[in-house]
Amino acid sequence: MGQVIIRDFEIPANDFTVAGEASSTVRKLLVQLGVAPDKIKRTAIAMYEAEINAVIHGHGGKAHVEISGDKITIVISDEGPGIEDLDLAMQEGYSTAPDSIREMGFGAGMGLPNMKKHADELDIRTEKGKGTVVTITVYF
Amino acid sequence: MEQNYFHSVTLDKDKCRGCTNCIKHCPTEAIRVRAGKAVIIKERCIDCGECIRICPYHAKKAVTDTIGIIRNYEYKIALPAPSLYGQFGPTYSRERILKGLLGLGFDHIFEVARAAEIVTMATQKYLKNPDIKKPIISSACPAVVRLIQVRFPSLIDRLLRIKSPMEVAAALAKREALAKGIPEGKIGTFFISPCAAKVTSVKAPYENNRSDVDGVLAIKDIYVPLLEKMKKQKAEGDDGFSLSGSIGITWAGTGGESSALNGGRYIAVHGIRNVNAILEQTVQESLEDIEFIEALACPEGCLGGPLVMENPFVAKVNLRNEARRAPVRMSEEPLGDDEEYIWQSTVEYRPIMKLDDDMAKALEKMQRMDELTDILPGLDCGACGAPSCRALAEDIVMGNAILTDCIIKLREKVDELESGSE
Repeated sequence: MGQVIIRDFEIPANDFTVAGEASSTVRKLLVQLGVAPDKIKRTAIAMYEAEINAVIHGHGGKAHVEISGDKITIVISDEGPGIEDLDLAMQEGYSTAPDSIREMGFGAGMGLPNMKKHADELDIRTEKGKGTVVTITVYF
Repeated sequence: MEQNYFHSVTLDKDKCRGCTNCIKHCPTEAIRVRAGKAVIIKERCIDCGECIRICPYHAKKAVTDTIGIIRNYEYKIALPAPSLYGQFGPTYSRERILKGLLGLGFDHIFEVARAAEIVTMATQKYLKNPDIKKPIISSACPAVVRLIQVRFPSLIDRLLRIKSPMEVAAALAKREALAKGIPEGKIGTFFISPCAAKVTSVKAPYENNRSDVDGVLAIKDIYVPLLEKMKKQKAEGDDGFSLSGSIGITWAGTGGESSALNGGRYIAVHGIRNVNAILEQTVQESLEDIEFIEALACPEGCLGGPLVMENPFVAKVNLRNEARRAPVRMSEEPLGDDEEYIWQSTVEYRPIMKLDDDMAKALEKMQRMDELTDILPGLDCGACGAPSCRALAEDIVMGNAILTDCIIKLREKVDELESGSE
């Protein structure tokens, strides 16, 4: 049904200078497609959080994005340590980020809560020692 | 596309050599080279002045008014931008510059720096409102406002909804003149501008339905006549024209507006590419610990405007010296009605980057762009007249270019035909 625009991005580990590039590229596509500003904003925020998480916790990873006429789906996967306690991680302010990351202004424990807040659907699959797959969906 | 959309940057066709400098530097990809000459896609132009600065042949210019316009009014008020003070060396004090303006035929001067002080005070109050979402983005630079309108619609509600110093100066100057008994129709206000975008914001204001400014003169156009006047006038004496403090004066450079706010986490970003990067971060909400963003399109702020004379780094020293001599603040706290300084109209999203009004069609076009991008060489050489291969792909999809505009593709085609004919 209809066209689907697909984009794939590599998210390098521990490189904050590149983090955010994928979400900003996606944001520009959504502007070109004429998606409503508040949907674009929510997508950009949620995707950036997921990207940063992959950088900080997941030793980098991949982003796979599909845009269709009615929604955008973003799958961010990493092969990091996995999330030990997902319920705890969903709480605002809970963070396992090391001090070095916090000093850079990240790791405030708002990543997953922010994703949940801005995504229409948020699906997290995580396995200890194997990695995490976060799927964010925003409906247009 | 929008009707009556105005912008002030234009092309001098005779001077244009059709090179790729401007297309590569335009932050909104608003320029193409067609048939050997640059063409500005007017809806996309945000008047940032990048192309004026970069063009080696000076083929880009800003349409401003000429000094003759002031003769249309009986009572002529000059509104000098604070950047004017940076254009002259230590011999020419602010007082001398302002007196020189009178020599050019103005009846009165209202320093925009004075209004900048008032805007600073109004901004301080504005930021105290706990209900506003931060960071707030300065709206003093019209090119930045336009960039937000076309590229960052979700940041429109972050714009500081306070009038720019130029507008406040014009309104206050007119009020003063009216109080002197001068009839409204006879008063003319003229901004002495470092900036092309201000011309646009006077013709199509975003803060008011109608601008209080009646004309915009380029600093570079009045520079020589002003210098001549100053040389003829006696240097000494204080006629009391300088009525703004250092807070207002330093607005001309980068960091002026934000440091005037005193304390707090404010950032000052300048240069359109840097502004773009900061806005990108703001959208991602990764700057939530910042309260205020001063964003100026030109490198070194208004001192680096496309219509100034002096090198911005030299101008910075001149300005600093002038600011040092001035008291910190000279303007009074704005009395009573703060509403007066708040925008009377709104800034709207201008979806000019949109490929199609119909999302399904836009998706199809993007799909086709992806296919074209794959077969294009990816050199981003600009020889086709578009700034990048991706932009050419967009132009082809939008019906504004053909594949063989790409010289590599053309050569391939020629090779194909030749081998076919053998």
